[in-house]
Amino acid sequence: MADINQNLEQLENKLEALREFSDTHGVDLNKEIKAVEEKLYELKIEAYKNLTPWEKVNLARHGERPTSLDYIDKIFEDFIEFHGDRNFRDDPSIIGGIASLEGKAITVIGHQKGRNTKENIKRNFGMPHPEGYRKALRLMKQAEKFKRPVICFIDTPGAFCGIGAEERGQGEAIAINLMEMSRLKTPIISIVIGEGGSGGALALGVADKVYMLEHSIYSILSPEGFAAILWKDGTRAKEAAQVMKITSEDLKNFEIIDDIINEPLGGAHKDIGELAKSIKKLIINDLQELEKQDLESLLNKRYIKFRKIGEYQ
Amino acid sequence: MIKGIFKKTKYVTTSIPAQEKVPTPIIPDGMWIKCNSCDQIVYKKDIEENNRVCPYCGFHFRMNARERIKLIVDEGTFKELDSNLLTLNPLDFPNYEDKIRQQEEKTGIKEAVITGIGRIYGEEAVIAVMDCFFLMGSMGSVVGEKITRAVEEATIRRLPVIIFCASGGARMQEGIFSLMQMAKTAGAIARHAEEGLLYISVLTDPTTGGVTASFAMLGDIIIAEPGALIGFAGSRVIEQTIRQKLPEGFQRAEFLLEHGFIDKIIKREEIKKTLGKLLYLHKEVK
Ligand SMILES: [Zn+2]
Repeated sequence: MADINQNLEQLENKLEALREFSDTHGVDLNKEIKAVEEKLYELKIEAYKNLTPWEKVNLARHGERPTSLDYIDKIFEDFIEFHGDRNFRDDPSIIGGIASLEGKAITVIGHQKGRNTKENIKRNFGMPHPEGYRKALRLMKQAEKFKRPVICFIDTPGAFCGIGAEERGQGEAIAINLMEMSRLKTPIISIVIGEGGSGGALALGVADKVYMLEHSIYSILSPEGFAAILWKDGTRAKEAAQVMKITSEDLKNFEIIDDIINEPLGGAHKDIGELAKSIKKLIINDLQELEKQDLESLLNKRYIKFRKIGEYQ
Repeated sequence: MIKGIFKKTKYVTTSIPAQEKVPTPIIPDGMWIKCNSCDQIVYKKDIEENNRVCPYCGFHFRMNARERIKLIVDEGTFKELDSNLLTLNPLDFPNYEDKIRQQEEKTGIKEAVITGIGRIYGEEAVIAVMDCFFLMGSMGSVVGEKITRAVEEATIRRLPVIIFCASGGARMQEGIFSLMQMAKTAGAIARHAEEGLLYISVLTDPTTGGVTASFAMLGDIIIAEPGALIGFAGSRVIEQTIRQKLPEGFQRAEFLLEHGFIDKIIKREEIKKTLGKLLYLHKEVK
């Protein structure tokens, strides 16, 4: 990848130079420019097909990577956000509400990272407190009552580690979500759009269909945390990313997720419009299939889906 | 026998003094040991005969799964389930197999939980006991599978479930498979609950991470041993994240009781009796 990056940069510089020369000297270099452009495109395809796990980590955390609200805006109409867990406060690192999908009512929930530093501070970098999970559960129970499906977007470095989070039962809040989602009487689809970090991610992830965007990651905890715990050295995150098997291909191979959603060349932020369209199509198709099933078989399948995960002899 | 367990026992409540340093309650080899809590030099045998509780201050040392079963389950009634389930290496994690083998040799058990069916004061229950001496009681595929099978067995037989939790959290070497055991066990408990059956969770030192965020916190009744460390995130990680010192007694059983997350703190010597009463009071009228 380092080599490819270098080549990409060289080609981009060359392209820039050719364009500038063509403009300032009025020389027609279209043929040359086109050739370089094509070479660049091929190289990019090659590069993004062969990203290392660590490069995927960086892409999943990219500052311009679309967030839950970006997808909600593109996929649904009339999103109305609902706040609060009716108990302690509103946690801005998880958002949720109802929206319309081609006229059909849907409950939408997602981790929400900030799109700039100021918003990130407000949203606690997408790391929820217990009340975030409790808000999510409240909205899921609401969806169950009004018989509308639930769509979850997963994008969190993990549950927040702090005094308040422990005092208010971070573990309990996640545990209850896992249990309640396993038997929620309405279809659930979860999509990992960026970072799927630890129990904080799983608390929105017990679903009938689980997808990952091509360059997203899903892991027991951050590679930094993993390296710190296992090797007492948080700087070995890159190495950790390699051994942890956290990419969409890994999880597809493990049969832990249903499928990978391809991203546009260069990552989700390069063309969210196209990506949102394909996600929308996928959700519509899945909901058709899921809503045809009777409740008992839906819940049975959801149970078995997680029941069968594990390697032992 | 049942009547006997309702008899009021008089005992002195001992409060565990909050420690500045987190004690590491492991009994080293040798005849004498220093109590982590009161600093008294205690004859090791006295502690062992006292259910690993310090005779001076009441500090609860960690206990392995076999000892716990002996203490809790009526003699000769425990039938182990799935004792032959073996750990694999799903991520091809370097040296994981060796690590498991070392732990097996060290502890004499094959994984970090023992499950089975037994009786407590004559009442039948499915009982799972975690062992924090086996790779910190971390939950990988085998622990998740054994807990799930045990709970499913209880659902089929309409039996209550009692789980003694003791875990440092996720089995890092099994990565995402470890994470998914949280959803798997929680799902099994949901089905058991839907049948109107009783689940008692007993939290012992330490109960943290993925175990806290799944079956540990899902008990109809949640009991804890005095002074047990119970939490989601590790205290070191929290300190590093928020860059401040944690308050005294943070994440101890008493702290959780105060914040409303457990039903009762019960001294080790009283736990069997309490479980017996609870099982009796939840007995199904057939
Ligand atoms: Zn003592």
